[in-house]
Amino acid sequence: MTATWHVSASQGLAAMADPTTLVTIDALTKSFRTDGLPALSELTTSIKAGQVTGLVGPDGAGKTTLMRLMAGLMLPSAGRIEVCGFDTVTEAAAVHEVIGYMPQRFGLYEDLSVIENLTLYADLRGVVGQQRAETFDKLLVFTDLERFQPRLAGALSGGMKQKLGLACAMLKSPRLLLLDEPSVGVDPISRRELWKMVYTLIGEGVGVVWSTAYLDEAENCAEVIVLNEARALFQGDPKVMTASVVGRVFQVRGAIGDKRALLVAALKRPEVIDGVMQGATVRLVIGNDQTLPSKADLGAVEGSEVVSATPRFEDAFVAMLGGQPKRRLLLETRPQSTDNQSLPVTAKSLTKCFGSFTAADNISFDIKRGEIFGLLGPNGAGKSTVFKMMCGLLRLTSGSALVDGLDLMKSPSAARARLGYMAQKFSLYGDLSVSQNLDFFAGAYGLSGQKKRDAIKRVVAAFDLASQLQVNAGGLPLGFKQRLALSCAIMHEPPVLFLDEPTSGVDPLTRREFWSFINAMVARGITVMVTTHFMDEAEYCDRVALIYRGKNIAIGTPEELQNMVRTAELPHPTLEDAFIGLVHQHDGALT
Amino acid sequence: MNWIRLLALIIKELLAAFRDPRARLALILPPVLQFFLFAFAATLEISNVPIGVLNHDWGTASTQLMARFERASAFSEIRRYGSVAEAQVAIDRQDVMVVVQIGQDFSRTLAAGETAKIQVLLDGRKSNGAQIVNGYVSSIVTRFAIDYKLGTAMTQASEIVERSWYNPNRDYRSAMIPTLIGSLTMASVLMIVGMSVARERELGTFEQLLVSPLQPFEILIGKAVPGLIVGMGQGILIALITVLAFGISLTGSALVLVVGLVVFLLAVIGVGLFISSLVSNQQQAMMGIMVFMMPAMMLSGFTSPVQNMPAWLQPIAMANPLVHMIVILRGVFLRDMPFSLVAERLWPMALIAVVTLSAAAWLFQRRTQ
Amino acid sequence: MSTQGRAGARWRRIRALVIKEARQLIRDPSSLVVGFVLPVLLLLLFGFGISFDATRVKVGLVIEAPSPDTAWFFASLSNTPFFEVHQTTDRRVFYDDLAAGRLNGLIALSGDFTERLARGDSAGVQVITDGSDPNTANLISGYVLGAWNSWIQQRALTAGQTTAAFITIEPRFWYNPELESRRFLVPGSIALILMMIGALLTALVVSREWERGTIEALLATPVGTVEFIIGKLVPNFLLGLCAMAVCILAALFVFHIPLRGSLIALIAFTSVFLIVALGIGLLISTVARTQFLASQIALLLAFLPGLYFSGFLFEVASMPAALRAFSAIVPAKYFVRGLQTIFLVGDVASVLVPCTLALLAMGAILFALTARNTRQRLD
Repeated sequence: MTATWHVSASQGLAAMADPTTLVTIDALTKSFRTDGLPALSELTTSIKAGQVTGLVGPDGAGKTTLMRLMAGLMLPSAGRIEVCGFDTVTEAAAVHEVIGYMPQRFGLYEDLSVIENLTLYADLRGVVGQQRAETFDKLLVFTDLERFQPRLAGALSGGMKQKLGLACAMLKSPRLLLLDEPSVGVDPISRRELWKMVYTLIGEGVGVVWSTAYLDEAENCAEVIVLNEARALFQGDPKVMTASVVGRVFQVRGAIGDKRALLVAALKRPEVIDGVMQGATVRLVIGNDQTLPSKADLGAVEGSEVVSATPRFEDAFVAMLGGQPKRRLLLETRPQSTDNQSLPVTAKSLTKCFGSFTAADNISFDIKRGEIFGLLGPNGAGKSTVFKMMCGLLRLTSGSALVDGLDLMKSPSAARARLGYMAQKFSLYGDLSVSQNLDFFAGAYGLSGQKKRDAIKRVVAAFDLASQLQVNAGGLPLGFKQRLALSCAIMHEPPVLFLDEPTSGVDPLTRREFWSFINAMVARGITVMVTTHFMDEAEYCDRVALIYRGKNIAIGTPEELQNMVRTAELPHPTLEDAFIGLVHQHDGALT
Repeated sequence: MNWIRLLALIIKELLAAFRDPRARLALILPPVLQFFLFAFAATLEISNVPIGVLNHDWGTASTQLMARFERASAFSEIRRYGSVAEAQVAIDRQDVMVVVQIGQDFSRTLAAGETAKIQVLLDGRKSNGAQIVNGYVSSIVTRFAIDYKLGTAMTQASEIVERSWYNPNRDYRSAMIPTLIGSLTMASVLMIVGMSVARERELGTFEQLLVSPLQPFEILIGKAVPGLIVGMGQGILIALITVLAFGISLTGSALVLVVGLVVFLLAVIGVGLFISSLVSNQQQAMMGIMVFMMPAMMLSGFTSPVQNMPAWLQPIAMANPLVHMIVILRGVFLRDMPFSLVAERLWPMALIAVVTLSAAAWLFQRRTQ
Repeated sequence: MSTQGRAGARWRRIRALVIKEARQLIRDPSSLVVGFVLPVLLLLLFGFGISFDATRVKVGLVIEAPSPDTAWFFASLSNTPFFEVHQTTDRRVFYDDLAAGRLNGLIALSGDFTERLARGDSAGVQVITDGSDPNTANLISGYVLGAWNSWIQQRALTAGQTTAAFITIEPRFWYNPELESRRFLVPGSIALILMMIGALLTALVVSREWERGTIEALLATPVGTVEFIIGKLVPNFLLGLCAMAVCILAALFVFHIPLRGSLIALIAFTSVFLIVALGIGLLISTVARTQFLASQIALLLAFLPGLYFSGFLFEVASMPAALRAFSAIVPAKYFVRGLQTIFLVGDVASVLVPCTLALLAMGAILFALTARNTRQRLD
């Protein structure tokens, strides 16, 4: 695609005079309350034109605050910011003329149509006449939204909303484009398309700031600013940061036996500072100046091999934070039956029609005891329909859903008592204290008296909640919220656990902690079903089903899916490659 | 039904209603404010208003009549005007609601034993107030005429002996405050019940409830009971304030009052749950509550009697539980209403409760599947 | 950029914002409820539902000793439009009806009524009213007194007597001789409707931008505070004018309320009030960041004072001193007074000028406060 953007003569000259720096940030501090901790503390950095600068960090690190400060939407408590030579405090109006800004929820009017949104922002930014017609044509082609012009923005999918938001922010060819978490709630396919669009832009000299909680996106950036707890941990080329762990990253692969047990054993070694599951393999990072323990010490069985792996940005990030917190899980669940042949979750020809639209078409799968099963798929593909049917939230049009042998349609209450459920966004009662939440969920699952007290005592001990019991759930730090949500879901010791995007938008450390809980429960025979479009989460699954356009287009272990798309050009496909490849294959087969 | 689950849900609902500072404010501030507004501002009484006089007569009779106006408690002061034009300006500007016009031969005519005429000019823009003021003026003038005829030395027998039953002083506050037991509890209960499901939908906790073993009708009961508890508590509190702080005695039976309150609250809860199961967020719930509550309050008979409504509107008013409750409340507080008469108003409320509760349950079942 | 170009860009932005706002207004269900459903509901409620016209008051007439005189009095009572008269000889029959609320009052003529009347004595008429509805009780008192006076007079005339020292009272209800309460309730409800659209809707549409996060994208464009505020004001002002037109048409043709003043004065005066209402809405929106909070504050700050203290429903003069003082800062009070005057009296400058000035002063204060409190940033 060849797209040329209107760059006025003066802007062009300015960019030429100072080709590198678009934004200068000097000793910037921002506190919201005089007594509280600052959201940003003494940040000094600069942002260059013609490249993507990643603003990376976990939720609450100060990414959005920095974005808003750069857009002149907030006043710094101390220090100053200059955008294209304009001060954001005294010359905010001039700043607004040269930037494009896409806030977290895309800033779209959901009750206006695609074209109405575009027209509004074109008027506001003074893009009129011939210039408007040309820009609209180009942007509609660029974002592939041409067909959807009359559709209300609220009726668009997440990916399309994001493209429209981007189009609105780009109307007047900004010199600086600020994108605040553009990839939240967007599936891998849309995410790739967005990156493609952004690369087109930087080719024309635009400076792009992209904030994200997903560390794999940092690798796409020319420079990153890693924020953590209001401070910049690292600024510069992400490859430099990744290089800091070169030679310290390993993969245990082959016939490794119980991968979860291996991970637990490996993490007990002081040398190992980080370890995650990666499909059938286990990825380990060792501390600086440490040597990798022997296979036996790691708990790896015969036949497995330990090979050096290419470091990822995330490895370096976790290493920089001192590695993964190593706490011992005290969870004592009732040991589940070790009979691996029984099928605690069975979906038989699940079909759901909404009017003439078939949201789920004849989907079947079984989940074995002690297995983590993933439902993958792009937004709107039907995976949440399937998930809701499996939870008993949606009535089936045909087929049957069984949990621990009980039919969700025939005995819903009894079947639901056998499952634990954790929703995507934190959905406990924020105004109730931790202990009131625990009390309620224990009661809602029919526990009372001594049984209830025991159950609460058990999860409080297991998840270290004792110090937070009187705190309102809404005011907890994210990590504690996750623990509380999980506590509430498993208090009644369900044999089956359903998780809906449990760690989306969560920082890597909290995510590791969460999955260590899940792994420990799986080791005790609990069966887990996860729905997600994040590959990070999918990597933890033993098997995944790929749902697309209401159909189950592929099912198998992550390796099996990767093998399906392995070609000469792509000898080592990632799970994301597999995801995108299989979806495209399906589209191709249809036409 | 599983009592453990239900109890947990009820406790949670009560905690949720009172722990969220916003919800607490929405629950406590309006009733307190409305209580004071109703008790002190919602009055149709006319007292302490100035009276205008256009007196062209200098005789003794008119002077004596003036003195009577001056003494009357309904009027705060006498404003004298020189001409009709001046009086009209005063009425136009709403300085006075009434001007009594006395012709120049008033005293002479009376002294001659003939019929004298007094004109009363009233501001019809406020027809209700004007009629009441007219009543005041007429009774003062009539009394004066009788006394004048009989001579002040004789017994001051008046022609019409007037009495009010049930509320001898026709005190607005006595008539208004007992009705607050109905209207204020209705407002609070609608807020609690109408908002609760919507709030959970918005926070995403509703699905969490639906995947627990709680059954839809248990959730519905769990949402209804806290409304009943809060409504009963509030109703009894207002009843106590009515009796203890405002000195309005309960002439009827307290038991009848409680029975009436329970049936009334069930009807209101039915409406609240119906709204709740219809909407998907708090904003819509708020709108739904307003659209129901405004007519329900206005057409309840607390400002103007139901019998004044046009004939086609009266059957519709019968579907408003507050109409019946206000009759019961004024009945048991002021007029010692026997149970047989209370029962006439109980069954329509019970019918409303049955209809709305089952509609809500049906809708709720449908929407959660 | 030239000054002219800058002004052009500013107008384009304002126009775009106005169009956007108008589209949203039409598409959002809660705007529709506040902008259309509630106004119609209020108009119907105050036009039909609330009425102080006690035209068919149910009274019982107790005649212990029937005579031509008592029959004559019964007939004269029944002939007035105020009463629906039931008759009996034993007053206890009516006591139950009074207790049940089936009667609003009863009039008892004593056994020696006819004799006392013949003697020219006080005739022994007793009136018992149901005090649990004080307003109706007050009205009955007045009606009975009036009916009694006119009957006595008529009787004297017929008998050819010239009763000594009798005074006739001739009440003249100016501006509303038919005594329809609708004539003052409907103009009052217009005040509430405009308050609803001005304050509640404006507060809602601004807080919605905060709640949905759209304000962030808007503030990052060259849109200035003044443009943003004008963009919100114009559509709501126009909607208010439409609502006003509907209200006026309904008042004139559905409720048959006379318009004695000029249409121009009516429109100008209403526009002034609308500006005040919009000012209240904007001021609320500088505080409330969620629609829920905005609607709560608007109800408490705009609607309830309008209902209670504007003087169209309740008697401000009879309230305690503190509440009377408070009513002085309620804009609806001035609006209702002016509106009732324009409809029922005419363009009375001595009423309209002070009311307009008071409203303008309030509007100026509200907009000054809004300008001071509106922030162009998120923190």
